[in-house]
Amino acid sequence: MSQQYPALLVIVPLLSAFMISGAGWVNKRLCFPIAVAALGVAAYSCIGLLLRVLDEGVIVYKLGGWDPPVGIAYYVDHLNGLVLAVVSVVAFLNLIACKKSIEQEFPEKTGPFYTLYVLMVTGLLGIVVTGDAFNLYVLLEIAALTGYGLLAMGEERAPLAALNYLYMGTIGACFYLLGVGYLYIVTGSLNMVDIAHILPDLYQSKAVLAAFIICMVGVWLKMAFFPLHAWLPNAYTYAPSAASSLIAPLVTKVMIYVMIRLILTVFTPEFAFNVLAVSKPIVWLAVIAIVMGAILALAERNLKKMLTYVIVAEVGYMVGGAWLGNRAGMTGAILHIVNDALMTLCVFLVVGNIVYKLKGYAFEDLKGLVRKMPFTMGAFVIGALSIIGVPPTCGFFSKWYLISGAIQAGQYAFMVALLFSSLVNVVLFFRVIEICYYEPFSEDHGHGHDHHPEPMAEAPLTMLVPLFIVAAGLVLVGIYTGDIVNKIIEFAIPKGIV
Amino acid sequence: METITSIKPLLAVLVSLLITPMLVSSRAPNVREAWTFVAAVAKFLIVLSMLPTILKGTEIVYTVAEFLPGAAIKFRVDALGMLFALVSSSLWIITSAYSIGYMRGLKEHSQTRYFVFFAFALSATIGVAFSANLLTLYLFYEMLSLATYPLVTHHQDHEARSSGRKYLLYIVGTSIGFVLPAMLISYNLAGTLEFGKQGFLAGTGSKPLMAILLVLLIFGFAKAAIMPFHSWLPAAMVAPTPVSALLHAVAVVKVGVFSVVRVLTGVFGTDLLHSLNFGPFILLIASVTILVGSFIALSQNELKRLLAFSTIAQLSYVVLGVGLLSPKGMTGGMVHIAMHAFGKITLFFCAGAIAVATGKKHISQMVGIGRRMPVTMAAFFVASLSIIGMPPCGGFVSKWYLVLGSLEAHQMPILFVLLFSSLLNAAYFMPIVYRAFFCRPAEAMFENRVQEAPPFCVVPLVITAVISVILLFYPQPFISLATMVVQGITGT
Repeated sequence: MSQQYPALLVIVPLLSAFMISGAGWVNKRLCFPIAVAALGVAAYSCIGLLLRVLDEGVIVYKLGGWDPPVGIAYYVDHLNGLVLAVVSVVAFLNLIACKKSIEQEFPEKTGPFYTLYVLMVTGLLGIVVTGDAFNLYVLLEIAALTGYGLLAMGEERAPLAALNYLYMGTIGACFYLLGVGYLYIVTGSLNMVDIAHILPDLYQSKAVLAAFIICMVGVWLKMAFFPLHAWLPNAYTYAPSAASSLIAPLVTKVMIYVMIRLILTVFTPEFAFNVLAVSKPIVWLAVIAIVMGAILALAERNLKKMLTYVIVAEVGYMVGGAWLGNRAGMTGAILHIVNDALMTLCVFLVVGNIVYKLKGYAFEDLKGLVRKMPFTMGAFVIGALSIIGVPPTCGFFSKWYLISGAIQAGQYAFMVALLFSSLVNVVLFFRVIEICYYEPFSEDHGHGHDHHPEPMAEAPLTMLVPLFIVAAGLVLVGIYTGDIVNKIIEFAIPKGIV
Repeated sequence: METITSIKPLLAVLVSLLITPMLVSSRAPNVREAWTFVAAVAKFLIVLSMLPTILKGTEIVYTVAEFLPGAAIKFRVDALGMLFALVSSSLWIITSAYSIGYMRGLKEHSQTRYFVFFAFALSATIGVAFSANLLTLYLFYEMLSLATYPLVTHHQDHEARSSGRKYLLYIVGTSIGFVLPAMLISYNLAGTLEFGKQGFLAGTGSKPLMAILLVLLIFGFAKAAIMPFHSWLPAAMVAPTPVSALLHAVAVVKVGVFSVVRVLTGVFGTDLLHSLNFGPFILLIASVTILVGSFIALSQNELKRLLAFSTIAQLSYVVLGVGLLSPKGMTGGMVHIAMHAFGKITLFFCAGAIAVATGKKHISQMVGIGRRMPVTMAAFFVASLSIIGMPPCGGFVSKWYLVLGSLEAHQMPILFVLLFSSLLNAAYFMPIVYRAFFCRPAEAMFENRVQEAPPFCVVPLVITAVISVILLFYPQPFISLATMVVQGITGT
């Protein structure tokens, strides 16, 4: 059974997606349990797979028994083992948390929603698990197309925003495909490990250089790396909360994973860091992304949209970290994939709860929210602290590695950008906290507030429990950072990077 | 140095966190306050139970989690941490009693939130005291900033909001902007953040780099209120008075100077500071803060703001003492953490008691108040003697050591700073006391009838005033703890 984990984690959700679609015709109530079961199996397999990788090392699974480079191979090492576990757990928790809000927002379309949801997770897990560059493109499109559908189900402006994303996302995916095409022409292989073996003789080839640049730009488009970010804020803001809390934590992070995979496995660090020597300009781009993300977030008076710009800044963290070209920076980037997925999930679940109860998420809707939703706001504070980077939440520790990497690489601008972004995050989140906790302000110096306490109107338990699990996870992952780094990430980075 | 592993430091930190569910769920205020007392007493007893071990010269360590070699979440109880933990945990008990009197006396809102975050703040304070390395210290330092933010903004009006913003801007801004990068640079230089007897930075970098780190770390811990990063402290006086008393005269600001002392002794080490000749720089910024702070205090009319500026000046005594880099000076600086705490908390208690009993906050309105509140004003007098540094109060002990230290270090200008500062202290405290008791009947603003604040307010301030006096005659265990720290540093 455990030998089949790599296949199970894609096939089970894929087939279940069709089952959900069919079950929707019979009885809408069947859809949710099937989706939970499918993602439960996926999460179980992913965690099982990670544990196996920790025991045995790299696992290569040949689909249908065909040998690469002819057949498609799934390739699981410490890097994607970790990312798989994060993606599947986040998707599972979010599914449970979002049942109520899905039923509230579109009671008629629950079946199609769960179908798209599970298909999207299939795509994301597939992107992470596959060891084949072309197969990755196919799964990228599965995740993207379902993503457009999910995002477009939101508010009035959602279809337009999703269309915008569709254009940009399609261009991004095409760029990636084009790059893979170039690689195929020069190497004759689509298997990532295989390509990496063939490439060293071709480092000087213009085709490889072109392939690399085109792939990178495509991936950057998909992850909303500034200035290619313009599609993201609207697409995520107007989406239904269940969709945005799935897509916001995962899609950008999975694309970061793809970028790191391209650097580490396909093109090899030797090529990316030494032959090309483009680390410095790319880190500068990341600096700009971080600073601009922070400034754009400051300009927002709307919680959800503000958070989308925070994501833009966080993408800059990870791109910059990965391109510092040293072990600490890469560790920080990989660790931040885990941490940022959890942090973003936490704050977007909070937004989901707020939307479920209040129907609005602009700053003026949030006044006095803490009396209405104390538990949700408690989790929000933990998420905010993690995004700011306050120990012992996990956000601090990835920032630690990123800044450490910046110091070792002598890229002080990146360090300053990270600190600047932390300070802006303090302002961003405490502005929200201030509104939620203290407004409406009273003029009589606060005495006598207790005369008219607003009744508590907290989100249902099925939304709160997953939220608390995530919030607790932020602290636990922070405390166990040492173990995650020493036992997993340490082996995910090639020895050549010091 | 012998060390033993024990979970006690962690318990001392956690005990006040663990009671927060009780505080939140208590329906009756009496039950809630009872839990606060349970936590405060338990915390004090846990700290006290470690005292004999520390006095024997043994250190207690406990590692929670290690995320990098030399950078763990780890506790180490040594003499300096013990000194600070004793002061803050003992004063929490007294402040809890005072809080009850004050908060109920003024019928304040959101009392549950108040007590919960007070408990958080004390956890963080003890955490700072027992930190074994810069990372853990930073962790609890940030936790304290965040836990005290709701206390500063307690009144929820516009003034509280803008003060809260200023508070966060100064405190969190400097810790993220200065301390975090300095910590990371230090870690990359030295490969550890563990406090050492002679620091861990010796021989790791050039003098300019060390100078940058020193500036970042001294000003980064802005809770120490060293000028020009001091103006959050007067702003934070919008908080309820017990908060000002414990947090802004004892816990928060002392966490700041404690951190600076740790940085000077545990990160840089006195030998390194000596060899790089950084002492004069530290003395300079401390002296400027002392004198300017006292001058500004002279011109204040609002009592709490006066006390705030007095605190700013007095905090730099601690920095000054350690900056002298002489054994007597360092002892004086460390003992001053305790002496100033008992004196200043009394003064804040008095200010609060006056506000509860009469609603007056300005000094110009307190003429003749000694007739109405003789006990409170007597305590005020005793405590201000302690701050000035005169017998029969504990403040004399620390000032005596500081004076000896400046002679020992051959720093005559510092001697002048200390003596002149005492004069200034007298100049802003004594008129208040004088006009409270000795004024013409026509000038008196109060009826000649004794009417004190509620007992929950008055008894605590009498206790702290009495302790201030006792500390002159029996300055144990603080003086032995400080001596132990200095012996550990100088190796004699």
